[in-house]
Amino acid sequence: MSSHTRPAPTPSHTVGPFYGYALPFPGGPDAAPHAHPDTVTVHGRVLDGAGAPVPDALLEFWGPDAEGRLPRRGGSLRRDPVTGGFLGRNGVDFTGFTRVATDADGHWAIRTLRPGARDGRAPYLSVCVFARGLTHHLFTRVYVPDASGSGAEADPLLAALPAERRATLLATPEPHATYRFDLRLQGPDETVFLEFS
Amino acid sequence: MTETTRTVPEQARPADELTQADIDRQMAREREAYEKRLAEGAEPSHHPRREYAPYRSSALRHPTQPPVVIDTRLDPEAVELSSPAFGETDVTELDSDLTRQHQGEPLGERITVSGRLLDREGRPVRGQLIELWQANASGRYAHQRDQHPAPLDPHFTGVGRVLTGDDGSYRFTTIKPGAYPWRNHTNAWRPAHIHFSLFGSAFTQRLVTQMYFPGDPLFAYDPILQSVTDEAARARLVAAYDHDLSRPEWSLGYHWDIVLDGPAATWIEEGR
Repeated sequence: MSSHTRPAPTPSHTVGPFYGYALPFPGGPDAAPHAHPDTVTVHGRVLDGAGAPVPDALLEFWGPDAEGRLPRRGGSLRRDPVTGGFLGRNGVDFTGFTRVATDADGHWAIRTLRPGARDGRAPYLSVCVFARGLTHHLFTRVYVPDASGSGAEADPLLAALPAERRATLLATPEPHATYRFDLRLQGPDETVFLEFS
Repeated sequence: MTETTRTVPEQARPADELTQADIDRQMAREREAYEKRLAEGAEPSHHPRREYAPYRSSALRHPTQPPVVIDTRLDPEAVELSSPAFGETDVTELDSDLTRQHQGEPLGERITVSGRLLDREGRPVRGQLIELWQANASGRYAHQRDQHPAPLDPHFTGVGRVLTGDDGSYRFTTIKPGAYPWRNHTNAWRPAHIHFSLFGSAFTQRLVTQMYFPGDPLFAYDPILQSVTDEAARARLVAAYDHDLSRPEWSLGYHWDIVLDGPAATWIEEGR
């Protein structure tokens, strides 16, 4: 370990109710380049401990392209220096980052590239959840099967979870390269949340 | 307050009739429980617990199962050990000056807020995105659902962003936000604060938090600030007034350094 004094971290706080005019941005949920053949739609709802929709949650997804490569490229929230507004993404470059706010019914949807496997593990998108009432963000993962429908068998995280908890991390295939992923913040079907050490 | 309201247990009344005294008692219980854990040998908690009853909205929005821990040393290719990148297309020069985004000058006390973004090894986080949002000088957000009857300011939106410099530094020009009421309990008021959103070199370091101003009399009454039960950790959310950052005949300066938690691939490699 290093010998110098490590500074203590800045505490987290809730995102509160009023981030909606500040954090979401045009094109935020749509990271897939136009007409890219590996495009997938992932969608679902955020639900609280009573099963009620959470209409004021903000989700962020970070993941690789279909070959498992993580981009190091800006351009998610391109600004327009002429108007001070947003230009939207350029439709060509993949940044790997999406941000989406839930609607009044707690629903969200993103379009990104189907994540590729890294290091022989099952492919997934990393998910970070913010919400009013949530004092500290939550990390989880959405495991998206590959185009053949397999991929989640040999992952160390998934293998370590009991079957019913593992299921909370697996996206459910729907037609048209679309996957369903509901997030339950609390309760019997509570999503598995992660901590990194 | 009458004797009657003081002796009725808070659970016996509708939640929207909770008084500040009720919340104060709950916050005191949480502090005592934290100090007991410390006395029993627990490590200091830098972050708030997600279950924090005095902040009522947390009740149905915190997980009850413990998080599953991923040891990133065993998984150096984990997606979370890298981070989204942002670049010059994502930020314009005007984005860091919240007083110049409209035709006229906003009302309020002009301030600059600056400091450095660091990782938990104390190293600068370079070229990363900082986002910020806040209420105007009257304590009103430019958000349709904010119904606090304080005036909107046509010359102030209250949104900014900047990329950190090579030394992790950042600087914003803005106006000092006002305190505002909210409906956690009767007569609940938030101390003046600025919301910050931060990225590190790894997604594990992601942080959203709030910066406060020194000496605010509302600190002790606010369940959001008090959700950080560790006193030293709470103090790290309060900026320092820095006279050297104040500009003559123009603005007052505040200094606030931000330290990201969470492992990152770079420090694991370099720390060996």
